[in-house]
Order: sequence, then structure tokens, then C-alpha cells
Amino acid sequence: MEKGTIRLKTGLAEMLKGGVIMDVTTPEQAVIAERAGACAVMALERVPADIRKAGGVARMADPAVVKSIMKAVSIPVMAKVRIGHMAEARILEQLGVDYIDESEVLTPADDRYHLNKHDFKVPFVCGARNLGEALRRIAEGAAMIRTKGEPGTGNVIEAVRHIRVVMGELRHLLSLPEEEVAGYAKELGAPLELLHVVREKGGLPVVNFAAGGISTPADAALMMQLGCDGIFVGSGIFKSSDPERFARAIVKATTNYNDAAVLAEVSEGLGEAMPGLEISTIAPEQRMQERGW
Amino acid sequence: MVESLHIGVLALQGAFREHRLMLEKCGAKVTEIRRPLGDSPWAGLESFDGLVLPGGESTTMGRLLVEEKLLEPLRACGLAGMPVYGSCAGLILLCREVEGPDGDSLDQPRLGLLDARVRRNAFGRQVDSFETRLDVGGVAGDVEAVFIRAPLIVSCGPEVEVLSRVEGPLGLSPVAVRQNGILATSFHPELTSDKRFHEFFLHICRSWRSAGGRCA
Repeated sequence: MEKGTIRLKTGLAEMLKGGVIMDVTTPEQAVIAERAGACAVMALERVPADIRKAGGVARMADPAVVKSIMKAVSIPVMAKVRIGHMAEARILEQLGVDYIDESEVLTPADDRYHLNKHDFKVPFVCGARNLGEALRRIAEGAAMIRTKGEPGTGNVIEAVRHIRVVMGELRHLLSLPEEEVAGYAKELGAPLELLHVVREKGGLPVVNFAAGGISTPADAALMMQLGCDGIFVGSGIFKSSDPERFARAIVKATTNYNDAAVLAEVSEGLGEAMPGLEISTIAPEQRMQERGW
Repeated sequence: MVESLHIGVLALQGAFREHRLMLEKCGAKVTEIRRPLGDSPWAGLESFDGLVLPGGESTTMGRLLVEEKLLEPLRACGLAGMPVYGSCAGLILLCREVEGPDGDSLDQPRLGLLDARVRRNAFGRQVDSFETRLDVGGVAGDVEAVFIRAPLIVSCGPEVEVLSRVEGPLGLSPVAVRQNGILATSFHPELTSDKRFHEFFLHICRSWRSAGGRCA
């Protein structure tokens, strides 16, 4: 019997496909998310919009918060660690969380190195803005990838940019003649072996979710139409005027992303979405997507 | 040339793509089901030769089954004898009774076609997920079996045939079962490259069809 294999790690992400993973800060919110049809929850002390507002250093959540949320629901529970923070990751692994997000939403602990995720039994998800970044994270052991987007903004444009770049670069890689693959690996800054894996498989070897700025059912459907396997919603649920309704609507829109009649129905009379932020009003050094490499 | 079997795969959430690819490799035609396909009591699903309920989150799928009005039609197909295969969350949806990891009964939407009680996340959380090799009676020997936050059958009725067992927290427990046309596994053959399990299910579907089976 074997545990912690890459197939078990990527396998759990396969089971989350077509689903919505929701940020929650209390057991009560976690129960609302589960009841609304979330396929997993992300346990946090503050949602990204509040982290952005608070400023300062954002760290791993208090284990008491994570444990109370794990106790409240039967669906998988994820939690975030700072980029490169081995000790925080060991703590979450010890608590028994089902997935760790090595996340740019928190203040990075290491400006040079991400975690060696092969070294853990618990699987990891990481953000990526392009194919090179995605393959570097996979090389380090990430079993799931998501777009970075721009968290806490309720503005989907950055997530759209990131999935368009990844899908475009994938198409390019798949079209290359064999002798040009090594040169492209150098250009991407990614291991050549992984480029061969992608070409053999016809796509990324792990699932790729949308994250960072998704705040309406239509946003979720858009990201699925662009080729994402599922959706993370951060501040979009519990910063809206009617969280349970928003949550249900986003779940239904994610399943039926190609059915305009369903999308129209679930979008009607939803109330206020979370307040949005124009990206150009955020100073470049305040943009979370620039964290990591 | 034999006409290929037509299988409906529930595609509300989870690893439905892996089942589709596996069934297609075995020569079946596959349609993904997200909503009713017709107005009959079987919601148009009566045209299939068999149905697959994939792995994923059983609470998410259960909620959407109710909301999309697919729960009753799926149950009606199963009761009419149409073969149904469920893996992991699909197994949970098939069972008559569901309990949580602590043994408390859970009231979540399900088809109840399989006379068994299932415990969700019976082996623990993701860090307790495991891979092993199993002999599955009547299907194949030495099957790669991937258990991810897997459920376990706690008890089952006399009509349920146990095809394979694994040593779990409750002792040696069933992880692959069959009750007439209903087939269920705690593990995920669709995540491996071993087609034998899906071939076995298609064999059940073919028998049902050639015996003149239909929903009525």
C-alpha cells in the first residue's frame, strides 16, 4: 500500500473538476458553502479583499480556525501558506488539511524559492500566469494549478489574461516540430521533460482552475469557456449581498457554463456582487500576482 | 459489426471526463448528462444502455441532481434494470444509507439502488488516501486500485455480491460490489490505464440490452 503518490495528489484535484472551491473564514460560512454545493472550501482568517484592505503581513491562518472549519464540513478543506514557508506547510500537513495553496495572496516568506512540494504527503495547488510558471510549479511537485488573477478585486481581467496566455502557449507547444521543443523550454524557463509530457498528453498533466477576481456566475462561466477545469471564488461569495444565493448560482453556472439559458436564469435578481477594483488603481508593487516567479 | 453501446455519464461535477475517455477506449459511445434530455419519467435517459456516476463530491452532485430534477429519473432507470456503475462519490449516490466518518447517519440526496450502508471518508482525510492492488472477483486479478478520500461499505443486504475487500478501519470491508445491474467501487479505475473494469461494466450493459432490457 502506498500513500502520498503523485497520482493520489493529482487524483483528488481531478475529483474537484467542474466544481467551485469557496473561501470561508468561519465554520458557519463553511456550512453555507457546502450546502450551496461547493466541492471544497479554502479556510482563511480573512478573504483576499480584506487582506488587501488591512495591508501589513498576511500569514497562514490560526490552526484553531482551520480545525473548526475541518470539523464543520465533510467536503475537502484547503488552506493557504506563504510562498516558500516550509514550516507553515508542515503545520497544515500535521492538521490534516486536504490540499495546501502555496499562495501569493499571503505575504511571501521567501523571495527566491517556492516549496519543494514533492517532499510532502499533502498535495499542493499553486498559481501561474503563464505556461513556464505552471510547469515550474509542477516540477516542484504542485498537483494542481490555478490562474493567479488579481485576488480581492472582483475584477476578472487578470484571470482571463492568465488563462489566455497559458492556453495560447499550450497550443504553440503542441504545434512545434520536435527540434524546436528544447529551445522553447529554455524560453519558458521550464524543464524539457515536462514539455514532452505536455506534448504526449495534449495538455497540462494536472488540472488548472480559475482564481483571482471571479465574482459572478457569468465570470465563472467565462473562465470555464476559456478552458479552466473549475473555479476558486475568494471574496466573491461572502462579500456579496446574498452569499448563499451567489454561491448556489456560481455552482450552477460552473456546471452549465455553455448553456446561456441557465446562465441567464441564475444571474437574474442576484443582488449586489462584491465591490470591484480597477487594476490600474493598484500600484504595481501592491499587485499580488507579481509575487513568486 | 456489433452496434456500439451508448452510455450516459453524469457530468454535473467530478471526474466524468476520465470515465468518458475510458468508455470510449472500450468502444462505447458516450453522452454527458447535465440536465434532463426528455420529458419521459426517465427524462430521456431510457435511450442509454447504461449509466455511470463518476467520482467527485457526493454532496455537490446530490444537490445538483435534485436541482436539475435528475434524481428521480436516474432512480427510475436503475429500478427498471438499466445497468449503473458508480465509483467513489458515485458509490455513495447509489447506496440506500449513508453515514459520516464517525458513523452518524447523513441525510443527503441519493438513488438508494444498492442495498448497502456506506461510510464517507472512511479511511480518513487526503493524507490517508492510498493506492494498492486488488483481485476483483469475476472481473480481473491484480487491478490497480486508487482510493481517494474513499468511502467504505459498512454493511450490505443478501442480494449484494461482494467482488473485493480491503482491510480498513472496520476490518476487512467490501470495496467493490454488484447487485444485478448495479456495480460500485470505492476506488477509481478511471484514473488508471487498466480498462478491464469498464469492459466488465460494458459486458453487463450488453447482456441487459441483448436480453431486451428497456425502461417501461
